[in-house]
Amino acid sequence: MTTATLSTTTLPKAALFEARAVKAGARRNRLLSLPALIIIGIFGVLPLIIICVYSFLVAAPYGGVQWQFSTDAYLNFLFQRDIFDDTLQFTPDFLIIYLRSFLFAVVTTVICLLLGFPTAYFMATRPPRQRNWWVLLITIPFWSNLLVRTLAIMFIIRDEGLINNALLALGVIDKPITMLYTNFAIQLGLLYAFLPFMVLPLYSSLEKLDFRLIEAAYDLYATRRQVLWRVIIPLSKPGIIAGCLLVFIPALGAYVTPLILGGGVHLMIGDLIAQQFGSGRNWPLGCAQALILMAAVLVALYFYVRNTSGKLQHG
Amino acid sequence: MAESRTMDIRDQPGFRSVAIICLLVLYVPVLILMIFSLNSGSLVTHWEGVTLGWYGSALRNEEFHNAARNTLIISVTATIVSTICATLAAIGMTRVKPWRGLAAAFMVINLPLMVPEIITAVATLSFFALIAGTFGLNFGIGNLILAHTVFCIPFAYMPIRARLEDMDLTLEYAAADLYATPWNAFKRITLPLLVPGIMSGAALAFIVSFDDFTITQLVAGPGQTTLPLYIWNQIRRPMTPEINAISTILLLVSILFVSVSFLIARRRAR
Repeated sequence: MTTATLSTTTLPKAALFEARAVKAGARRNRLLSLPALIIIGIFGVLPLIIICVYSFLVAAPYGGVQWQFSTDAYLNFLFQRDIFDDTLQFTPDFLIIYLRSFLFAVVTTVICLLLGFPTAYFMATRPPRQRNWWVLLITIPFWSNLLVRTLAIMFIIRDEGLINNALLALGVIDKPITMLYTNFAIQLGLLYAFLPFMVLPLYSSLEKLDFRLIEAAYDLYATRRQVLWRVIIPLSKPGIIAGCLLVFIPALGAYVTPLILGGGVHLMIGDLIAQQFGSGRNWPLGCAQALILMAAVLVALYFYVRNTSGKLQHG
Repeated sequence: MAESRTMDIRDQPGFRSVAIICLLVLYVPVLILMIFSLNSGSLVTHWEGVTLGWYGSALRNEEFHNAARNTLIISVTATIVSTICATLAAIGMTRVKPWRGLAAAFMVINLPLMVPEIITAVATLSFFALIAGTFGLNFGIGNLILAHTVFCIPFAYMPIRARLEDMDLTLEYAAADLYATPWNAFKRITLPLLVPGIMSGAALAFIVSFDDFTITQLVAGPGQTTLPLYIWNQIRRPMTPEINAISTILLLVSILFVSVSFLIARRRAR
């Protein structure tokens, strides 16, 4: 901004020239985004449109679809057609899996926030050198292979895993506690998978916190607790919302974690969808289930956008 | 109150312990996994002694070689294509007068980040099944490369765009003032300054492609096993520490690339 004003005041002619040059270049420059847009358009957006179409078709017996309009996929989400009298009967099986996934995602988000906030705040108040190390240490699991990290959890909670072996050796228990392939295992795996997704956005918002405000609060006789709840937390609200969203959305659609730690017994939405494309051989149903998940994600994103844009107007 | 005076006023009680617990929770399971890759016993749970034998048997394994080859072909190609596309797009969306549809274009680029992976996976599967059924088109491993390129673009795009936005525009203006053509100004000024962003973006694109499981698993055809798929196939058999060894190799590759990307970004910040 400052450089632009400088050049227009001191060098009007050059500024005029450069404005024209930038403009001419600028018109061509926007074409540069075409390759990325075309690739994502064809191989990213078009497939989403295809599953919208597929969700209104009939399943072919060996996977794939038959080109015949039907709303069965959506009806099957809540009802099952009786084979004898062809009436629709309410079957909440899928709904239960959706609600359970929702619950998993909410619990994951809340616990990640409870653990992640103090961690991010602690990181943000370290001296700069130490801070870099902390950020790197949280960034590594953020990008590490989720399958391998989930496998690590599996090794620990197996019947003959580290926890059971330790408890058996100490004589606390006399036979292993079954933890793998339970809801507990999935919940633990989700927490483990998504904790860094909470810490990093919280950190980047807390890092910008104006610590003079905390000083001011103490000068006004606030207690430590009051400073936390009335100053720090309200100021880091954008980071909290971003972190919750970054945990909630992938947790809701989690696939790898329940696949490995739920053992095919305890399903989440992600596995349910994949099943329709595998052994279930009901692609339209899988597409409808995917779109219902997408709708839930869009609702979450809508609240996020509304919250953040509201923030901009007030601020 | 007296003791709190001597402490940093920013401190909150208990936060240090929570932070340390978080770090332990994140690292202890992975470290145990890595340590057991050195176990000389053939059980993944009973420690018997130190050996590097499992790395040897993993590296001699034919299936592992195939998986590693597939993974490298896919990740390297997807990284190169997505980084080029992302660089061009980042220039086309920052070094321009705001154009109609800019916001929409930005959304399209970031779309793969917003859609849950499992949805992208089944959508891509449906898409390739449709073009195979209608036009008889099957790109073989190219299917996976295309699928990976799509979700690598936004990851490569983010650091490149950030770098372009941080860059001092005066240098580009100065080049234009000195009668550099737009292409020359780009080649001599913008591109050299952009290199750290491009490298950081390429590193991230490589990691997400290298580690991808969900989309690969659903889209992969027969014989298109990648390293994460290979691990998944191994989990379902009786396990030996070989799987820990392969997992450790994968983790080390991730750690290497994250650290590189991180260090490049740090240097920029200074």
